[in-house]
Amino acid sequence: MRTRLLAVLAVFGLLLAACTGGSGGRSGGVITLHFQSLAWQQESVAANKELVKEWNAAHPDVKVEYVQGSWDSVHDQLLTSFEGGEAPDIIHDASDDLADFAYGGYLADLRELLPERLKSDIPQHSWETATFGGGIYGVPFLQEPRVLIANAKWLRQSGVRIPTPRKPWTWDEFRTIAKQLTGDGKYGVAWPLREPVSATLNLSLSTGGQMFHRGEDGKVTVRFDAADEVVPRTVRDEVNADQSASGATLGMGGSDTLPGFFGGKYAMVPLGFSYRQQIAQQAPKGFDWQVLPAPAGADGLTQGVSPQTLSIAEDSPHKKEAAEFIDFLLQPKNMVRLALGDWMLPTGTEALKDPALHTAKDDWATGTALAAHLRSAPAQSVRGYPEWKDKVATPAFQEYYSGAIDLGELHQRLVRDGNLVLARYQR
Amino acid sequence: MKTSKGARAGQYLALLGYLVFLAFPFLWLISTAFKPARELASLHPTWIPKDPTLANFRQAFDEQPLLRAALNSLIAALGAAVVAVVIATPMAYVMARHRTLLAKAGTGWVVVSQAFPFVLVIIPLFLVLKNLRLINSLPGLVMVYVVWALPFALWMLVGYVRAVPTELEEAAAVDGAGRVRTLVSITAPLLAPGIVATALFAFISAWNEFFFALVLLKTPEKQTLPVVLTHFLGAEGVADLGPLAAAAFLATLPSLVIFAIIQKRITGGMLAGAVKS
Repeated sequence: MRTRLLAVLAVFGLLLAACTGGSGGRSGGVITLHFQSLAWQQESVAANKELVKEWNAAHPDVKVEYVQGSWDSVHDQLLTSFEGGEAPDIIHDASDDLADFAYGGYLADLRELLPERLKSDIPQHSWETATFGGGIYGVPFLQEPRVLIANAKWLRQSGVRIPTPRKPWTWDEFRTIAKQLTGDGKYGVAWPLREPVSATLNLSLSTGGQMFHRGEDGKVTVRFDAADEVVPRTVRDEVNADQSASGATLGMGGSDTLPGFFGGKYAMVPLGFSYRQQIAQQAPKGFDWQVLPAPAGADGLTQGVSPQTLSIAEDSPHKKEAAEFIDFLLQPKNMVRLALGDWMLPTGTEALKDPALHTAKDDWATGTALAAHLRSAPAQSVRGYPEWKDKVATPAFQEYYSGAIDLGELHQRLVRDGNLVLARYQR
Repeated sequence: MKTSKGARAGQYLALLGYLVFLAFPFLWLISTAFKPARELASLHPTWIPKDPTLANFRQAFDEQPLLRAALNSLIAALGAAVVAVVIATPMAYVMARHRTLLAKAGTGWVVVSQAFPFVLVIIPLFLVLKNLRLINSLPGLVMVYVVWALPFALWMLVGYVRAVPTELEEAAAVDGAGRVRTLVSITAPLLAPGIVATALFAFISAWNEFFFALVLLKTPEKQTLPVVLTHFLGAEGVADLGPLAAAAFLATLPSLVIFAIIQKRITGGMLAGAVKS
């Protein structure tokens, strides 16, 4: 009986002690901002922490606390934090993860918060990646093109023309060369397509493929036109008709293809630019590799990207100070440090001029030459895209690439089933 | 009923297969933890690293606060195990010995509650803990783990209580022992293996738990091991494999050690011969 009474009293006491309101973020006149970073590579974490340290040394009245987040779980963690009113002030994420948070009112519109210097430094096509419904909800600061990482020795010995950003391969040429490089149980190319949708859509911008079309009424529909077919058809034909691409890698992630690449099974692997870090670290001694631009189509080297972004939580009581910290973090010289740490390209035009990004070492120069061609990934501002991707497009592309369904069936599923999904989000 | 030699050999073969199946991922994890980066991407991986290194361990410790995280995990897991067992034991006794409608309903609810997905409860839970000022605190996390482990712990313990013959308690009563004395001197010792097994279950499930820890703990000095391990993962499933394997190997050790120490307590046999049947 006494125990029960004590338990009731304890609960009552806890409820009395409870009070709402997040951490005020100010104590003794010092403002504290929480910066949740998703940096994960050694150099990148170090660069972020150094910059936070430098800020704190120069701004004793605005202290930034570095909070380590993880790419693997950031969406769920942020969603819960937003719902509970406990989100970090400054949020590191990627532009393709922002739409729901932006439309949900969790992120601050940055248009009035950011200084002119930063606004003009980042090109309009990069801002578009973080623009939703007219507002800007993140500062795009790091991006990576998809490139072809090639076995340089193999390419040289084959005598094929080596593409450059000025004179890239066409998609047809790429297919022909992949066939030329194939033989003796070795493949010209390995497509790691465990996540086939973003790779296909982003590369299809080079051929003029859009897939998502916004009508005058503002509603988005899926179309699968001739321009959208080029990249998927190339991949499927390489795997099934030419057998110049390994079917075994279709279900792999990028890292999974590296042992085969180092072991001389594949001449080329289409990967994100930042994979160079793994390659530099893991390649056998003397392995000669090089970065080639992805094939070009009717729209040249254009491809879609979802840059990494920095956002401010709508609930943050210190938006102005948070914006000042972002401005500091993205000063050209600091943006370069972040880019080098993550083996990616900065979005800022000033940072892109830095000599460190134009070296032949690790083929930085090739990637930097592609920066001007990067555009907003076609689908990231489309509401319902995640469901379309998971339920419709991923299985459809996987079956198409493996040869289980034909182009007609792929078309039907992407468009018919896809529009049914999107319609639910646009009533 | 004697087992034939052939059948016995088959049993051993099946057991060996099962052991290999269970051990393979762990052994591969150990192998990976000691391999240099270049060996990790080899087309022909080997069990034994050709050029074993401790660099992955050094990098893991340099990059992430593993010891702090391990201590946090230990506090949360031990707290959850102890509290869950303390609460569940008397409850299980009542449910096992008094088969009322209420006890049956309770058991049914326990079974149903196991089907609730984490995401269903996480936001309400977050708000409740926020109002109790228990966000970003290990006591708050322990509370959640206890609530989460309690149904299954209860379920396990009810089975163990039912396995204790009532005749023993009746014999103690005949000898003049009171209710409490009977529970303390007769029932509790016989329940010990069950209590230990249940505590171990609660410990391991809390030690391995990721999602609640991710959502409820914000600052690095509070984070548990599973959360810190994700910091070795990049976007699109890219991983810093060597340091991740090293850290994951270290993270599995406490569970293994604890299990090795108390596994004898879990094995049956304590009740053998207690009752003539």
